[in-house]
Amino acid sequence: MTESTQTATLDAAQRDFYHDLLRQMLLIRVFEEQAGAAYAQGKIGGFCHLYIGQEAVAVGAIATLAEQDTIIAAYREHGHALARGTSARSVMAELYGKLGGCSKGKGGSMHLFDASTNFLGGHGIVGSHIPLAAGTAFAARYRETDAVTVCFFGEAAVNIGAFHETLNMAALWKLPVVFICENNRYGMGTAMERASAVWNVYERACSYDMDEELVDGMDVLAVHNVVTRAVARARERGEPTLIEARTYRYMGHSMADPIHGHYRTKEELEEQKERDPIEGLRSQLVDADLLDEDGFATIRAAVEKEVQDALTFAEQDADPPPEDLYTSVYSD
Amino acid sequence: MGVITYRDALNQALRDEMERDPDVFLMGEEVGVYQGAYKVSRGLLEAFGDRRVVDTPIAELGFAGVGVGAAMAGLRPIIEFMTWNFALLAIDQVVNSAAKMYYMSGGQVPVPVVFRGPGGSALQLAAQHSQAFESWYAHIPGLKVVAPATPYDAKGLLKSSIRNNNPVVFIEGEMLYNTKGEVPEGEYTVPLGKADIKREGTDVTVVCHSKTVSVALKAAERLAEEMDVSTEVVDLRTIRPLDVDTITQSITKTNRCVIVEEGWPFCGVGAQVVDDVQRLAFDHLDAPLIRVTGADVPMPYNKHLERAAKPNPDKVIAAVRQVAYLD
Repeated sequence: MTESTQTATLDAAQRDFYHDLLRQMLLIRVFEEQAGAAYAQGKIGGFCHLYIGQEAVAVGAIATLAEQDTIIAAYREHGHALARGTSARSVMAELYGKLGGCSKGKGGSMHLFDASTNFLGGHGIVGSHIPLAAGTAFAARYRETDAVTVCFFGEAAVNIGAFHETLNMAALWKLPVVFICENNRYGMGTAMERASAVWNVYERACSYDMDEELVDGMDVLAVHNVVTRAVARARERGEPTLIEARTYRYMGHSMADPIHGHYRTKEELEEQKERDPIEGLRSQLVDADLLDEDGFATIRAAVEKEVQDALTFAEQDADPPPEDLYTSVYSD
Repeated sequence: MGVITYRDALNQALRDEMERDPDVFLMGEEVGVYQGAYKVSRGLLEAFGDRRVVDTPIAELGFAGVGVGAAMAGLRPIIEFMTWNFALLAIDQVVNSAAKMYYMSGGQVPVPVVFRGPGGSALQLAAQHSQAFESWYAHIPGLKVVAPATPYDAKGLLKSSIRNNNPVVFIEGEMLYNTKGEVPEGEYTVPLGKADIKREGTDVTVVCHSKTVSVALKAAERLAEEMDVSTEVVDLRTIRPLDVDTITQSITKTNRCVIVEEGWPFCGVGAQVVDDVQRLAFDHLDAPLIRVTGADVPMPYNKHLERAAKPNPDKVIAAVRQVAYLD
């Protein structure tokens, strides 16, 4: 059964926590809207994959983690970096290719890194980062720490060999890793049903005798509940979990792609927006008398200010100097 | 100083480095219980246990990626490929993950991993098991590529590779494992990026690496004895970074150069050497450089055809005579 909290009673003592989840999702939403606008103006180059619509997955999942835990994500990872606490300034500056970017302007949108928070990318080859997550989990087990690795990927990555090789080893070796599949229904323009023989991603866990979870990926509290359980299994017993979070991407695959067209209809997009994760939590909180209009406006204003500050910083920040072309190829 | 095999020299290096640094571990197919497909890891499971000597499923891409991830987290993995032919399944991790991580993270995430295993042809293993991939990996900025020819170099270079902070592609000669040479028992390393003159000479420089070093040395012996030609044999040892200085210094003395490698000719290691030499030592050359390479075909099974496909002393001698205008 899909984990959901739509009918659950909220805990008034958790008000600040709920507000923070809402703030983080709004931060990602506004950040991505502004990144899209900057891309349209030619200020951001390359491929730029926006996370709008999927905010609940990164925010709900990353809120469960401790400082020593590691996050490894794919190329739609602006939201994950922000949820982990990398500053909006350094993420926006990286999209602008500036020196103050979290990867010093050398990575760009697809390669955000922040070693100070164990945010280890930002990887651009579909599925290729999944084994890396087993590797950081292997290192945690090797060193007998209780650190957990969380790995995010899309549903299109589950048909590639690296996914299967990694899940097998993670289960075989009991590695403390949580695999979170963000099922947004489309690998670029190919619907899940046109690419996968098995449509329930979570069912793939049984091939590897691994725990599985299915969660409404538009429900941040449900994501938080499910990932909390999975992180505990990893931390306490070294047991990996495959989580399928059913979500939806509002924008095109990247900024270079159409929002709808041959592969999905405008009607479908509008229908999915009815599940909006931010509106969902906002109305849950309003219904429970844990948020009023002023409170929401205050959160929104703070987030808008933060993103505006990030844009200003990125605009004004310096490009990497020419000599940086040849630095950081090799480590001493 | 003992006389041991190339295989045992590598084993000593692994053992020494695992004793020296608890962050070093070995992972790959058959490295533990089976004692290594080529017995390079013999005895290591018993010495270090299965936490540090890790048998894997046959999943090259997966366990290579586990190695890269473990290195990103600060360990120093040694990932053994049963052969470099099978490592093609993992090349995405070597090229897209290991080689790029430090740069694209803006210098935040080094990847101190060694990928090692046998490369090149052996005896009648046919097309899919007889390939020298040095030039493939040497093409990639971010990787170091090492290919030792002797037991002494194998031990010293593997120790340096494990201590290096970068991803190192360490290609062993499949036909070299049983070859013997003098190897000190105590601590020593051979630096990466330094070629070695395996035989001094004055008439022609022969640049080679890995298995072709013995081919070049046999040719040099006959050239000296039968033709009164003095050959200098330069063993590259490291392909990337390439020790261009040692090559050009030798050519400054001999004014002639032959390059020998087991790989295919197109975009091979020798092609890079030719480019460096023509730019840096053009005025010292008395003849065009000539390359002796593997034949530009998939390796055939038939032993006569296979022999015809590989570099051998006769081919090197013919090339040396050509650059020395002896024919």
